[in-house]
Amino acid sequence: MKKKLWLIAFAFLLIGLLVACGSDSEADDDAGDENNENNESNEETDSEASGTLTISGSSAMQPLVAAAAEQFMADNPEADIQVNAGGSGTGLSEVSEDSVDIGNSDVFAEEKDGIPADELTDHKVAVVGMAPVVHPDTGITDISKEDLIKVFTGEITNWSELGGNDQEIVLVNRPESSGTRATFEKFGIDGNTPAEGVTEDSSNTVKQIVSETEGAIGYLAFSYFTGDDVTPLSLDGVEANDENVQSGDYPIWAYQHSYTKGEPTGLAKEFLEYLMSDEIQEGLVPEQGYIASTKMEVERDAEGNQTEK
Amino acid sequence: MKTISAAENTAKQRLIKTSGKNDRGELRGKIIISIAAFIIILATISITVFLAVKGLQAFVADGVNPITFLTSTNWNPTDDGSSQLGAFPFIFGSLAVTLLSALIAAPIGIGGAIFMTEIAPSWGRKVLQPVIELLVGIPSVVYGFIGLSVLVPFIRDHFPGIGYSLIAGVIVLSVMILPTITSISTDAMASLPDHLRDGSYALGATRWQTIRKVLMPAVMPSLWTAIILGMARAFGEALAVQMVIGNVRDLPSSIFDTTATLTSIITLNMGHTTYGSPENNALWSMGLILLLISFIFIMIVRFLSARRRV
Repeated sequence: MKKKLWLIAFAFLLIGLLVACGSDSEADDDAGDENNENNESNEETDSEASGTLTISGSSAMQPLVAAAAEQFMADNPEADIQVNAGGSGTGLSEVSEDSVDIGNSDVFAEEKDGIPADELTDHKVAVVGMAPVVHPDTGITDISKEDLIKVFTGEITNWSELGGNDQEIVLVNRPESSGTRATFEKFGIDGNTPAEGVTEDSSNTVKQIVSETEGAIGYLAFSYFTGDDVTPLSLDGVEANDENVQSGDYPIWAYQHSYTKGEPTGLAKEFLEYLMSDEIQEGLVPEQGYIASTKMEVERDAEGNQTEK
Repeated sequence: MKTISAAENTAKQRLIKTSGKNDRGELRGKIIISIAAFIIILATISITVFLAVKGLQAFVADGVNPITFLTSTNWNPTDDGSSQLGAFPFIFGSLAVTLLSALIAAPIGIGGAIFMTEIAPSWGRKVLQPVIELLVGIPSVVYGFIGLSVLVPFIRDHFPGIGYSLIAGVIVLSVMILPTITSISTDAMASLPDHLRDGSYALGATRWQTIRKVLMPAVMPSLWTAIILGMARAFGEALAVQMVIGNVRDLPSSIFDTTATLTSIITLNMGHTTYGSPENNALWSMGLILLLISFIFIMIVRFLSARRRV
């Protein structure tokens, strides 16, 4: 008899706990909704933004967005913005499933399989330029696009063939699903598939490998060109720098996208407007090694067609 | 086995039978422990089911041929639907690093165990035990980092190739699984009854003969268990291997050549792929393969434990 009573009591306790947990989170949700509503109604009166916002996606964009979120939260203590990094694919998947408010990606949503790109709204927050980089002792500082393709497809295997030192070429790639690789393949080597080589995901590791391995060539975002560890190559005589990207002369660059499902509302809208404001575009964006998207003189669509702005 | 069950019997007899108020405590304990057990079982089953559902998606929904997936060396996922998904190089890479690292770590680990239990039981254990516990505590990313900044340049300077290689992964993994193998072997050797040693010495056997002809055969199934558990750890390790192996999609032509493992490909690509895309599904299938091979490892361990004689 007593045993049964205990069991029943325990069962009730468990159910009670579950209900308590459930109602707790509901209460939280309600509070969140109210905040968002407040937010929208307050917009006209230009008061402080509040509520919670979750952002996930591209790890390349995470530092920029997280820094911007920190500044935004300092100005608006009522707002709570969480920025996670998980990769562009994760960001796009989660934003289309509505599990986050903003999904960051370094490729167009149209380029990824299984993403309902027409449901997502694109916000081009910044531009990042990339360049092929080589070990300092290769003796090469400029390469033609034709030769770059030959190097990456494995047709040229020694730097001496390009007038450099007698060193075997060692390719350093990114994983085939990475946005950096997609950009480099598309605009750097005109859609050719690179030959096999060491594959690393993190830019810092790629930089380390290229700087330590004789004859190595990889590709990096401009923000990693600090010090003399690696030598960035100019392409067809065009130097890899911000000005040449802005004018459209240098081809290897990509947008950093922030996607929302449908048009952004409430806090998401305010935060995206903040990202596009001069304060961020002229402050944090260049500070973090990106190029302000507002300064671009050319623009590009998902197919990669470049037009004058 | 018999001695253990006898011990259990006497323990049961010695157990003081409680009645009345104390019964409640008895039941409460039973419920808490049953719930704990239930949660463990539930977690294992749900992970297995989840991984099976996700992992079979590539074959069911995307029409990837399982035979091609397991045997083809052509891994070329694209977003336009013409993906070629052959995971054989990664399966081979995983098995190669696992077997080779066991090959290095097993003799060293078992040798260390013999040293600690037979040769220098007092000071050997005092010195080696903390060293081994320390090795367990080092996070895998640190092993990977040391491999990347010490081992890879060393291999690059002294052997053919660019340093990133199968052998670099093997060496990093051997160090990582060494503590597992050593500590399990030590416990097994220490639990051997003394009458085995005494009997052997009484017959005039030397210490080396005793270890080789008497102790080793008796403890062999436990040593195999130690090795298999070490291999299971090596097989599942992702980060440290990924940092030194090069992650190239081709079969290695020598141990100084670059290659990739199942785990390194999963960690490199998972975040970049979108949920439900063929490549993402293929990564889940690779996860399923990892789980199945781990199950095989566990089954071997269970089979060996059943054969244990001492």
